[in-house]
Amino acid sequence: MTTTINAPSEAGRATAGGLPGTGLDVAVFITCINDVMFPQTGIAVTKLLERLGCRVHFPKEQTCCAQITTNTGYFDESMNMVRSYVKGFGDYDYVVSPSGSCTAAVRDQHPMLAQRLGDAGLQRDVAHTSKITYDLPEFLVDVLGVTDVGAYFPHRVTYHPSCHGLRLIKLGQRPYDLLKNVRGMTLVDLPAAEQCCGFGGTFCVKNYDMSATMAGDKARHVRETGAEYVVGGDNSCLLNIGGVLARENSGVKAIHLAEVLANTEED
Amino acid sequence: MSTQLRRISEGNYGVARLTPAPEHPGTFLGMPKFTKAVKDELKLPVQRKNMRNAMTTIRTKRATRVAESPDWEDLRQAAFEIKNRVERHLDHYLLQAEKSLTERGVQVHWARDGAEANQIVAEIAKSKGVDEVVKIKSITTQETDLNEYLEEQGIAAWETDLAELIVQLGHDRPSHIVVPAIHRNRAEVREIFLREMKNYGRPCPEDVSSNPPDLADAARLHLREKFLRAKVAVSGANFILADTGSLVIVESEGNGRMCLTLPDTLISIVGIEKLLPTYDDLEVFLKLLPRSATGERMNPYNSVWSGVTPGDGPQEQHVILMDNGRTNVLADPVGREVLRCIRCASCINVCPVYERAGGHAYGSVYPGPIGITLTPQLRGMQDPVDRAMPYACSLCGACNEVCPVKIPFTDIIIHVRNKVVSAEKADRFPKDPEVLGEMALMKTAAWVLGDYKHFESIMYGSRGVGRVLHHKAIGPLPVPVAERWLKYRDVQAPPTQTFRDWWKQNRTESER
Repeated sequence: MTTTINAPSEAGRATAGGLPGTGLDVAVFITCINDVMFPQTGIAVTKLLERLGCRVHFPKEQTCCAQITTNTGYFDESMNMVRSYVKGFGDYDYVVSPSGSCTAAVRDQHPMLAQRLGDAGLQRDVAHTSKITYDLPEFLVDVLGVTDVGAYFPHRVTYHPSCHGLRLIKLGQRPYDLLKNVRGMTLVDLPAAEQCCGFGGTFCVKNYDMSATMAGDKARHVRETGAEYVVGGDNSCLLNIGGVLARENSGVKAIHLAEVLANTEED
Repeated sequence: MSTQLRRISEGNYGVARLTPAPEHPGTFLGMPKFTKAVKDELKLPVQRKNMRNAMTTIRTKRATRVAESPDWEDLRQAAFEIKNRVERHLDHYLLQAEKSLTERGVQVHWARDGAEANQIVAEIAKSKGVDEVVKIKSITTQETDLNEYLEEQGIAAWETDLAELIVQLGHDRPSHIVVPAIHRNRAEVREIFLREMKNYGRPCPEDVSSNPPDLADAARLHLREKFLRAKVAVSGANFILADTGSLVIVESEGNGRMCLTLPDTLISIVGIEKLLPTYDDLEVFLKLLPRSATGERMNPYNSVWSGVTPGDGPQEQHVILMDNGRTNVLADPVGREVLRCIRCASCINVCPVYERAGGHAYGSVYPGPIGITLTPQLRGMQDPVDRAMPYACSLCGACNEVCPVKIPFTDIIIHVRNKVVSAEKADRFPKDPEVLGEMALMKTAAWVLGDYKHFESIMYGSRGVGRVLHHKAIGPLPVPVAERWLKYRDVQAPPTQTFRDWWKQNRTESER
């Protein structure tokens, strides 16, 4: 069951009693790329979760999900990132991340890396952190039980369901359900939505011509929709698609789902 | 000798040959690695358009056939378990298959590698006194480069599958494991037939149109001569059934049935992973394979050949059970999952990289997801071609979802990349500068991101860049690595405030 809440307007945290997240301590895993390149996404996640009543924490030990090294085949180089994750989030019950891809890495790759190392303590810790880590739409819909977060975004948008959100953690309808309840928004279908944008981590520099060809096709499909914004759940993919759209002077902007959902009529 | 094959001197190729010379050596090693080869493939707009249309059609057909099968997931699970059982008890099933085949009058041979398998084929053909064989489409024989070996031995190997014929006459290599000539259009096929058929048998009619039925007619007439005089046929197999000693071959054109029924001798090279325990297991695989491969409910021709029967079909049957690296794959608990593969190519058909690159850039007869996971494991990871292959993937995971035997491709791709990295690190000789650069980058990433204090220290740098550039977009720049990104994309300058800074200024973390 999902609950609908009203846009909290001036209510603020002090009077947040009875909200879906009331009483929940939630740690945010902002991810390295968002921390450095897209702080506005992290700020949006924080404000959105607080608006829904959660007490938000940012463990400073966190760094990166380790995909940059793991996906390139450098497993040994990943281990200190996995340890940092466990150190930062081991004591929490809920971790929320604005990235389907990083969530998938924590969920699937951290256990594989710990097992390969044969470190029983790390395996036990990772078994916990991989279970409590949620991508933002999963946490909103499955844990808090909301699809209407009181957002307002008066624009024509299309949604790109990034591969790892779509196929590795299987977000399904969750992002669409959240977007459909955003006031003032026109949501249009993206042609060939399920096709990869070509980012692929180090793939985009190792096979850069192929990556750019894929990104070019994705950007073309985005332009076909006539949308002002392409919304996604992974800023790495959006950096890729948005980069091509910017080079083409298309005027279409890429924006993270969290920023759309955090936006209210008061903003 | 029953036929008068003439060696023809091929204009550009110089050497006198029996069959058309392929452009590349069959092993593909020594070719440019994927990263480089793909650049040329991306410059072929017609091929890209052909491939996009063909792949979209085949994907849609498959999706329709899967959607109409209510028990699809159960079938996948059953196939997963049957094939895992075969892998777990491969020694048992191989011996059982050898016994069953022998009892049916089939001569069983064992080949450690492709060279041994090729030698066995040549010896049998020579013992029959023939200078030519007809072939059923078989990627396993492409893996061993059988045709070229037989050519050296003075035996002409004629491909009889329409697409393989196009590839052979076109001095080409297959670009797909189910539809090998997918990269060619009908005008190119017509031109190849007109130019080449006359050199190797019955010429193509001069007035042939580029309509597929006309082209198929020309091929049918050209091939009929070869079918009628052939004494020896060579095939692969889709499955071998251990309990009944049956060889199973599925196909669409009937050329395979001709090869199975007309010649007196049938030689089949079969990878040792192609076993199924029992005849009943076909129930699962004959539903999964055609739907996954060509989007058909069943294959037009399903041949189950259980040994020699007097007066019917081949009177002498040989099965060569070939390893060629498969036991190395089996020894790896993660990598071995690719041995479940039934060569349906559904992973290739959904692969966005394959669709744009085509099959030739990979440097393997197996392209796409199955190619980049299987080939480096079969051949080892010593050649730059094999080391580049697992990186020809953006990890989008579309292949995982369609695989009828549930191969977790993206997990295996990362695992094989790790084996490549281990091989690179173990190398004692000077490395590729690209590899050295990557190693340095990964080492740096490990240091920076391995501890938040290091991470925070580099943030001074990123904020500094942000202050200097002041929200400007960054265009093309001659900076190593970054230039590859900026060649095609603009990027905003890094912000002057990181999330951490914002948090410190706006939220005070209460102790938990």
